[in-house]
Parts: sequence; C-alpha cells; structure tokens
Amino acid sequence: MAAILGASWAGAKSMTATSGPGLSLMMENFGLGVMMEVPTVVVDIQRGGPSTGLPTLTAQGDVMQARWGSHGHYEIIALAPDSPQEAFDLTIRCFNLAEKYRVPVILLASETVGLSAGKVVVPPEDEIKLIDRKKPTVPPGEYLPYRPDEDLIPPMASAGEGYAICATGLTHDEKGYPETNAETQEKLVRRLNDKIRVHLEEIVDVEEEHLEDAEIAVVSYGQVSRPAKRAVKMARDEGIKAGSIKLITVWPFAEHVIRKWAKQVEWFIVPELNYGQIYLEVRREACGDSKVVPIPRMGGRLITPQEIYQEIKKVSKN
Amino acid sequence: MIREEEPQELHPMDWWLRSERLPHIWCAGCGIGPTLYAWTRALDRVGIDKKKVVYVSGIGCCGRGSGYLDVDGFHTTHGRAIPFAVGIKLVKPELCVSVISGDGDLFSIGGNHFIHAARRNVDLLVICTNNFIYGMTGGQLAATTPQRDYSTTTPYGNTEPAFNTPYLADASGAVYVARWTSIHVRLLERSIAEALGMKGFRYIEVLSPCPVNYGRRNRLREVDDIAKWFWEFSVVKHEADTKEVQIERGKPLILGNFVKKEKKLSCYEELKELEERVRAAAEAKK
Repeated sequence: MAAILGASWAGAKSMTATSGPGLSLMMENFGLGVMMEVPTVVVDIQRGGPSTGLPTLTAQGDVMQARWGSHGHYEIIALAPDSPQEAFDLTIRCFNLAEKYRVPVILLASETVGLSAGKVVVPPEDEIKLIDRKKPTVPPGEYLPYRPDEDLIPPMASAGEGYAICATGLTHDEKGYPETNAETQEKLVRRLNDKIRVHLEEIVDVEEEHLEDAEIAVVSYGQVSRPAKRAVKMARDEGIKAGSIKLITVWPFAEHVIRKWAKQVEWFIVPELNYGQIYLEVRREACGDSKVVPIPRMGGRLITPQEIYQEIKKVSKN
Repeated sequence: MIREEEPQELHPMDWWLRSERLPHIWCAGCGIGPTLYAWTRALDRVGIDKKKVVYVSGIGCCGRGSGYLDVDGFHTTHGRAIPFAVGIKLVKPELCVSVISGDGDLFSIGGNHFIHAARRNVDLLVICTNNFIYGMTGGQLAATTPQRDYSTTTPYGNTEPAFNTPYLADASGAVYVARWTSIHVRLLERSIAEALGMKGFRYIEVLSPCPVNYGRRNRLREVDDIAKWFWEFSVVKHEADTKEVQIERGKPLILGNFVKKEKKLSCYEELKELEERVRAAAEAKK
C-alpha cells in the first residue's frame, strides 16, 4: 500500500489487490492516502471474516471496514461489481474517480466475482473514457500543494517536476506544512470530507429496475445483486409489485436514492453476506417512512434467488 | 543588549532548506541536523539536480526532516518510508531517492521492509540516524538500545541484545554499508557522496545523540556527553567485518566504510531486461 502511494506521487496510476486480512493491514496507509490525497485503487476480494475466516469463500463483511477502517473521520469511494465484466468496467471507473477526487478508491468485490469466469468485453482503447488528475498550472514558486480549487480538490504535482512537494500524514496547511492545531484540523478534515459529499450525486451510481409502481424494493450490491434481480423478476411474474435498487457505488452511500424511494415503497429488503451493514444505512435513510428487513447471511455461499423471493412474498402479505 | 541588525549571512546550506519553517523541532545536541547537513553537502559535492532529489521519511523525530528540506519530501507512516520510496523509484528510476529515518522506524516496525529492499537491491540510499532509543515518544526501549542500558521501559536495564544494523544490511545484500557518527560530519559527507555515486541498496548508519531521552538515563547527562563518548571511543576501521561491529558501551565504536561491492543490476532492472528478452522472443516467433 505504501508503494502504490509512492508510485502515485511519482505520477503513475497505481493499484493493489487483496482480500480482507490484507485490507486490515493496509488500513494504516489507506489513511495516509486519504490525508495526502493520493489517487490510487485498492481491490478487495472479500472473504469470510473476522480474522483468517473463510479463505476462498465468499462474503461481504468488509463494507464497514471499507468505510471506516482507518482511524479519523473521512469520506471514501467504494464500488461493488457483480460480475467479471463489471469488475473490468468499474476498475476503470475507480481509477477515474480516484484521479478526479484525489482519494483512494476501493473496488469492493468478493470471492464470487474474483474467482468466477465470465465473458468480458474489452472495448477498443479509444472508447474508454479516462480521467487524469489535475496538474498545477502555476510555476513552482507559486504552487501550494493543498490549496483547493472551487471544487475543493487541489491540483497535484508529481515528484521530480521541480515543485518541491511537501506531503505529510500530519494535519497540514495549504503549503503541506504540518500545522497541528484545531483551526487547521477543522479546515482540512472538513474539506477532505466535503470534497466527496458535495459531489455525492455525481459520484453515486445505482441501477434501478421495476420501481415505478413498486411497493417492495430490494436493495443489493455486489454479487448479491444477481440473485436479487432474479428474485424481483420471480415476484413480478407472480404479480407482486417488487423492484430492485442495485448500489454500484456502495460509498458514499446513495442517501438521496433511498430517501426518494422511501416515500413510495412500503418495504425495503436488504440481502447481504454479513449480519446487516448496508441494512443499517438503508434503515437510517428510510427514516421510518418504510419498513426495512435484512436478509443476513454470514458468507460461505451466495444467497439464492428463492431465499430473497420468499422474503418478498412474506412481506407482500403483510 | 538588543541586537540592532538581523544577521545578513544565511546558513551555507540554506539553499537546501525551507528556511521559513525554522526553527525546527529538534532538541539541542540532536544528531539529525548534522546528518542532514552532511547529506546536503554530499548532494552538492556530487552535483545532483535539486529537482531530482526526493527525501522520504517515516515517523519519529527524524520523520520531520523531509518537511524542512526544499526538495520533494514525503513524511509517511511509521516504518513505511522504504516501500513508499520503492513506489517512487519504480515509476521514476531517474530520481535520486533517499530514505532518512530513525532506528525505531527502520529496524523495528520497518525491519521487514529494510531487509527485503536490501535483498532486492532496490536502488535507494537509506540513512539511519541511530539514537539507540525511541526519542520522540519518551525514551522507550528500541531494537538498537545497547544491552544493559536504561530506558523508560527498562528502568533496571535492558536485557535484550541490540541489532547490529551494518551486519543486518550486509547480510541482507546491501551493496554499500558504512557507519559514522553525527560528529564525524566531514567523513560522513564523504561517505554519503560515495554512496550517492553508486547504484543499488546503500546503507549508512549515523550514530546520533539523543541527550534528552537516551543520554539522561545512561550517565550521559550533559548535552555534549554523547558526542564525547563518540569522540573518545570511535575507531575508524574501513572494510571491517560487519559481524564485529556490534555496539557495546565501554567498548570501541567501530566506524568506517565497511562494504562496497559491485552487484548485478537491481532486481527491477533485471525484470526489465527479462521483459525485453521475452518480448523479443515473442516478436521472433511472429
């Protein structure tokens, strides 16, 4: 993790890949990446935890670790692919988001995606949209490495370009110099969070299906989206008004999407391979406007469409 | 008496410093300043373009150094200065990357990174200011505290043997290994300049006084007591067997340029060569 931060400071687009235990180890430097505002990508192929847990078997237990794993209060971006194709597409998007917002981005996949084989269409190079980080436009003497533009994101010089970058994990001012006092902390940490928060709607990507008249919405992410969508289709075939919200962006959380549908649907069903992590986020945003039920599974195998369908059927009778 | 004029003369190494950040945080008698002085003089001596100089540090008193020098400076996490530097070096091999950090950072939490970077012969200069203690955090026992010495966590004396860091570097494969002290500034400068002129993993240990957190508890109470210990006990022995240079109180401190060897390209360059060979073979098949 330290090496990909260094590589990014030298101007490269860098990434690393791991699973839960590795992610735990990386969290220290993940925080450094957030503080130094380093664009980089970390792929987490989630497996069952805690600890060594379930090697090579699936889970989604790292959702909150992705969000809060390093110490301090910060915002990050995490995307969850449901298939090899999406893993390919979203990895590109992860890089674009990392470069644009100067933040480490997590591709929150899981064993079912990481170890499955599937058709992947690689588009021609010129059809792939790539975003590169903003570079300073002023000469070295005038460059302040942590002075943000209006979008709250500062341009980033690379090592060896003559800008004499000063970067530290300590609370720092716009010059990058350590300033360990309450005022600087207030200003810096607010901006590190706000640069993601104010761009929430631009960052968040969800896939909505059959929601127009839905009374029940299944909220899912990652590979669980596939049985979830199947279950919604099974329910529709039975005449149950069910719809699906697939969170492609897990973090920042799609607050506005859940709030919007909470006014319409009576039930949210949240199937996930943990004891209820995104379930709590949905419940928070539903604000009592609709009821929220989890389908928690601790991992080791996928949730089947039937299991989700049974839950849809059960709530539809209430 | 009030001084009427500010002194006009700058420090000779001001060109390398972010002087607006001074005064620094280091205590009187600390060895980090002289080490940085020797490093910048060596950079001048070798004639390295300031724009190409990168200084990576970890955590601790020495970690703060990267923020005082007017070069690309990265103050990273505890023990992770070396892998951070490896990342920079992989992307821009043309940069002159130095890791200057403390003994706690490089040999305790960062010990693994140190031995593996040496084993891979990564093209880095690593300078360790060894003050035998965790200075910034209050004088706790370090992996380099000499046996029987005192620290805040070993008030009755240290029972653990200390790392002999030149031996560790040598055994792990470093191409250049030297030890000096922060009072041997000229010799240190010459050694750093020699190392800067080489390629591969180069290691220089700089014995460095910490009067506040090491000296005070080890009968070296005055600011210059440790410097006096270094002066009285040091013996220069170039090419000494690194096995024989363990630091023990009351015994000679062996200094010198111990190891200097030619070694095949660093593993990354070898990897590049391999890549070229494989590509050429693939081309030939077509």
